[in-house]
Amino acid sequence: MKARVIVTLKNGVLDPQGKAIEGALGGLGFGDVGSVRQGKVFDVELAGADMSTAKEKLEQMCEKLLANTVIENYAIEID
Amino acid sequence: MKTAVIVFPGSNRDHDMFHALELITGSRPQSVWHAESTLPDVDLVVVPGGFSYGDYLRSGAIAARSPILKDLVAKADNGVSVLGVCNGFQILTEAGLLPGALMRNAGITFVCKEVMMETVNNATRFSSKFTKGQVWRCPVAHHDGNYFADAETLRRIEDNGQVVFRYADGTNPNGSLNDIAGITNDNGNVLGMMPHPENLVEALHGGLDGRLLFESLATQAA
Repeated sequence: MKARVIVTLKNGVLDPQGKAIEGALGGLGFGDVGSVRQGKVFDVELAGADMSTAKEKLEQMCEKLLANTVIENYAIEID
Repeated sequence: MKTAVIVFPGSNRDHDMFHALELITGSRPQSVWHAESTLPDVDLVVVPGGFSYGDYLRSGAIAARSPILKDLVAKADNGVSVLGVCNGFQILTEAGLLPGALMRNAGITFVCKEVMMETVNNATRFSSKFTKGQVWRCPVAHHDGNYFADAETLRRIEDNGQVVFRYADGTNPNGSLNDIAGITNDNGNVLGMMPHPENLVEALHGGLDGRLLFESLATQAA
């Protein structure tokens, strides 16, 4: 089973890297860019076929390691 | 005072810490590899600076899940003094031993320079040799030192006196909220700080300001 975990900064948390990318896009002539926030994507392959078990395990992975929930949110997509 | 320093793959300030601890306590700290499961019986455990696991995932994130951390958490719960410097501070927040998180510096760049520190709270085991409000010099060298906590956590640590050190005189190098440079846990036995007091402990370093922190700990342990 293949899953994708998307980790993003919570609203209100400053993202200086996103800001720098935003500035660079503006410099390349993309004047209509309002804002950019940088995040992370993890593609995880899991043994087993049970969807709800997989989701539960991925949530634990996010809580324990993949995301720092002080500053980040996570979303899980399972194929 | 008996001390130990935990070493991770990618630690690089561990030897500076060994040197400072030996200089000030008179005895050589024990070096503990991260893959070990128990820490020796000591008064102070230090988590040193560096780039554990190359800062993969998030600074300190992988190191905070090392085998030795289980015993570090147990020792911290039992009241043993724990000091985390720079990457050590990042590891302690990632391990949940300290509140908040250390994010990318607001100016994006790595900062390697000297800052001024104010000792906001001198009623801790890490700061008793400072006077309250004392401003002192300390070097910093980091990329992810921007202290962040949600508003409620920030209020709680401020009200509890857990903010021990602040950047002073407009020298905040990283955008940390409330100019926070170093905090303790609720119980006051775990301290994390971004600046490197171990790098200002002898004349050849150009100053002795950092000694007061180690001397505070040594006095407390005596």
